Amino acid sequence: MLEFLMSPAVYSFVRGPLVWIAFLVFIVGSAYRIYVMISTVKKEKLVLPYMSLRYSIRSILHWVIPFGSVNWRRHPVITIVTFLFHICLVFTPIFLLSHNILWHESWGISWWTLPESLADIMTLIVIFSCVFFFFRRIIASEVRFVTYPSDFLILAIAFLPFLTGFLAYHQWLLPHEAMVNLHILFGAIMLIAVPFSRIIHMIFGWFTRAYTGSEFGMVRHVRDY
Amino acid sequence: MNQIAEWDWDTKEKYIADINEWRKKFPVVRGLVASDDGEKIATVIQTEDNRFTTCVNGDVWEETFERLWSLKFTPDNKFICLTYKDYEWALAVDKEFWEDRFDSAWNLTLSPDGKNIAINVKKEESYGVSLNGNTWENRFVDARDIALSPDGTRTATLIQTKRLKEGDIFGFQEGIWTVAVDGTPWDKTFVNVWGVTFSPDSKHVAVEVRFNLYDYTIAIDGKTWEKVYNCVWEPLFKPDSNDIIAPVKTSDGWTLAINGQPVWDTYVQLWNQRFSPDGRRIAAIVAPEYGRWTIAVDNIPWNNSWSDAVLPPIFSPDSKRVAAVVKESRNPFHMESALHNVEGNNRYSIAVDGTPWPGDFEMVWDPIFSPGSDKVLAKVEKNGKYFIAIDGRIGKHGYEALWNPVFSPDGEKLLIRCVEGGRYYRRVVPIHEI
Amino acid sequence: MALAVKQKEKAWGKVLDAGLDETIKKLTPEKIEQVIKKALEKMGPGRLKTMVETCIHCGLCSEACHTYLSNDRDPTFAPVAKVKQTMWPILKNKGRVSPEFIRRAAEIAYTECNLCKRCSMYCPFGIDMAYIILSVRRICHLLGVTPLYLQDTAHSHAVTMNQMWVKQDDWIDTLQWQEEETRGEIKNPIIPINKEGADIMYSVIGPEPKFQAHLMGQAAVIMNVAGIDWTYPSFDGWDNSDMAMYSGDHEIMGRVKRAHFEAAMKLKVKKIVMGECGHAFRSIYDVGNRWLGLRMPPVPVIHAIQFYYELLREGRIKIKKKFDKPVTLHDPCNVIRGRGLHEMARYVTNALCEDFREMNPNKEYNFCCNAGGGVINCGPPWTKKRVISNRVKAEQMKATGAPIVITPCHNCHSGIEDVIKYYKLGMHTKFFSQIIVEVMEIPEKFKL
Repeated sequence: MLEFLMSPAVYSFVRGPLVWIAFLVFIVGSAYRIYVMISTVKKEKLVLPYMSLRYSIRSILHWVIPFGSVNWRRHPVITIVTFLFHICLVFTPIFLLSHNILWHESWGISWWTLPESLADIMTLIVIFSCVFFFFRRIIASEVRFVTYPSDFLILAIAFLPFLTGFLAYHQWLLPHEAMVNLHILFGAIMLIAVPFSRIIHMIFGWFTRAYTGSEFGMVRHVRDY
Repeated sequence: MNQIAEWDWDTKEKYIADINEWRKKFPVVRGLVASDDGEKIATVIQTEDNRFTTCVNGDVWEETFERLWSLKFTPDNKFICLTYKDYEWALAVDKEFWEDRFDSAWNLTLSPDGKNIAINVKKEESYGVSLNGNTWENRFVDARDIALSPDGTRTATLIQTKRLKEGDIFGFQEGIWTVAVDGTPWDKTFVNVWGVTFSPDSKHVAVEVRFNLYDYTIAIDGKTWEKVYNCVWEPLFKPDSNDIIAPVKTSDGWTLAINGQPVWDTYVQLWNQRFSPDGRRIAAIVAPEYGRWTIAVDNIPWNNSWSDAVLPPIFSPDSKRVAAVVKESRNPFHMESALHNVEGNNRYSIAVDGTPWPGDFEMVWDPIFSPGSDKVLAKVEKNGKYFIAIDGRIGKHGYEALWNPVFSPDGEKLLIRCVEGGRYYRRVVPIHEI
Repeated sequence: MALAVKQKEKAWGKVLDAGLDETIKKLTPEKIEQVIKKALEKMGPGRLKTMVETCIHCGLCSEACHTYLSNDRDPTFAPVAKVKQTMWPILKNKGRVSPEFIRRAAEIAYTECNLCKRCSMYCPFGIDMAYIILSVRRICHLLGVTPLYLQDTAHSHAVTMNQMWVKQDDWIDTLQWQEEETRGEIKNPIIPINKEGADIMYSVIGPEPKFQAHLMGQAAVIMNVAGIDWTYPSFDGWDNSDMAMYSGDHEIMGRVKRAHFEAAMKLKVKKIVMGECGHAFRSIYDVGNRWLGLRMPPVPVIHAIQFYYELLREGRIKIKKKFDKPVTLHDPCNVIRGRGLHEMARYVTNALCEDFREMNPNKEYNFCCNAGGGVINCGPPWTKKRVISNRVKAEQMKATGAPIVITPCHNCHSGIEDVIKYYKLGMHTKFFSQIIVEVMEIPEKFKL
């Protein structure tokens, strides 16, 4: 098994076609979801006439700034963990040096990279945030009641690329090649999962926020944060 | 029309009554009611001892009442009102009472010639109708809304057939409402009935019905259309025919059905359909898209649409043109104000064949076509005064009160019923002097 | 499924309601599936599915909900939990759920959620839980499973266009009788009926002519003294309320709203001013108008709070001596979170009262009365559950130490009075209009 995992064949697959497939599924799938969502919402007729750019932005800003909303302020620990988790989850892979080398090798593009030690910390933040969320799902009764196995699965999907990435970087547990292959595999799974799971909230969330922001701000003349 | 020809179209101005003087004389003077020909002006006045009576052209009825309302002039200038005294309601026509007395009387309705009068009544704890003082023998647990046939001989009302215990939702859903025509209920009962109307020949009655909580259709003389719909609005008979049109809601949206068959395209909304006088054309208020309103004539919506509302369409006498009141707001989500108008909002105007008048007003009354169908005028309000506007041009005179003007049969003159300086005048003015 | 059907033993026990218990007997899973499938097709996968799929099950909405907080943080009362027990299984099983499931879903949707939207303010994604629960109610309505009292009210709307089975002649009689009554308050008051071209059509809710006609008398005093050119219609459309909106009967909701708007347009008034009612306000700008295809009401509708604010600000009514007992103010969801009248409500309160004490939280963040959203209209069987599930409101009010709670909404007024009684708070609810009439200056010409 381990040998298989380490084999160059696997590497060339995950490094080659799988990455392509993953990005393709992620981009095309997400675009398709957005298209279907917008066109069905359009058919409902009752949404677009109440959308307002100004209040969409107002609402989004209050919610993407830590402690910008009442509920963020009410839950400081969750707020800090949530923001760190999402920031690290999104930006670590984009600005990671080793990823940049790959971008460069494949497409000849690269950009600013994170210092390696910082990237390491950010990876750990994602890992520990996942652990935090895992235990929150088990301990907090209001979360436990609405938790399905799929919620743990989503958490695992977010968790595994970072764990394997971290282990691969430090060359712990498994031989480097095996861990790297696993890391790419899990990374691809995460991208592929976006359009097919509730990770879609990373895309839909902006729209639902904008809708509620518009309704509250423009129609109801109140805050929604 | 014939009656209008007989009115005085020669006297330029008649000063009929000094309303200010009435106001000085009586503690309270209520709303004013002018007769169609403008010769008479009536009101309810309150006496010192908190009783009520009427004052018509200054003539105060010596009899006083505890309550008095629903003042109306018939086209032949008879004065009608509902009066209440010693716990009894009575209908008075020119100070003469119908013999019958009622526990309640309302929905005063006149036939087109004004010769027949119908009211909903409650008598001996049961509900029905009284036509010209002849009260239905058959009365019911409840009656609401009245329809008087065009020939003035028949009446219909919506009735509740059975008394129910409070909160008996299951009994209600078995259907305890129907229509009674001339006192006789239809055999069939429904969960709901609305929008009762007579056919032009006075022989048939149509209503909207709901069979259960979900299925709607139209019923004529107790027989329902075969097709059921998600919702329907009021039916309307075609002139000189027994065909019925009604807006119906299908899964695609609202459309217009004739005798049960949908014939128009679907719209976000469709209501207040009207036939042209010749019966050949149909106009209705439609929402071609969400939050936009216009008129569709024979299923073709006007090119222009308005944000707030469009009021029921009005055909010209030659059936060729259609006009309607339209309303637009620039800041639809504004908090608005009860006491002031918000700049840019609630702009009323008239649109004729889809083209709006250039100006807008604080309020606009229904458009009126000239007998030749060439001119359109309307009573409008601007800066708290009432004006006549013709083809978009506002008249010179602003009045304290104004009733809908009436065209002379040749279309050359207008009868203006107005209050100026606290006095009520009847004026006949050539169109070009407006 | 078992989880969703499970109902914990609560202080209020199992509540019997023929509107739920009898009606589910006629249902089969096949029938339910068929009805729901059709309903979901119409609701469309737009908003509903997007919102359900965006929810990450984080539970951050929980503390927004007064029923969750009042029931000792029972997780089944969290907003997301209510969706979990209703819409999630419906969507997941594509409508194939049991009659017992529908019974429980109806109980949750009609008696455990006030559609107050406080949770939408606390949800990081702004998911419109009220919309989802209203969709559940729509499904329940289509299945014929609705609490009996609420359904009876919807029937009343369908027949009479008002909430309380008020007959056409009774309405007119009430107007005339209230004018007579008002003669004991001021000189020569007028309650104008069908005054075409008046500035304002004043509209009330069914319970006013039925049980609280004195409120109409008080409105008449305010209108006359302020010199407002106003009127009532004698015909249907005078009632602004709309419980069909809450039972899920959209067609009747729309019919009632159309009657209301058309009454105003027929009378050629420029504005509708409505009495102190919350849900009626919601029905004209949010739900009823939209079903009709109206982006906003065709005639501006001004809530009493704003109307009083304008009258006081412009000196149309003057205050003789301020109300001297301490008061607190309940912010009704449908006019505050629903339409931002909180600052005006404070202006009015301060103008009328000497000692105003805020509840906390307040304004948009205020807790619901637990009567709104049609919950109080589900009637006496559910009263105990309703008041127990709003302990936080009791605590919040008690903390102010004020003996008077101003509640500018009918459902809040009655619901909070119930809460006060149950928790023995020794307080009383009042409408703004009651205080205004008590403290306003009566000009010479109206003095008796």
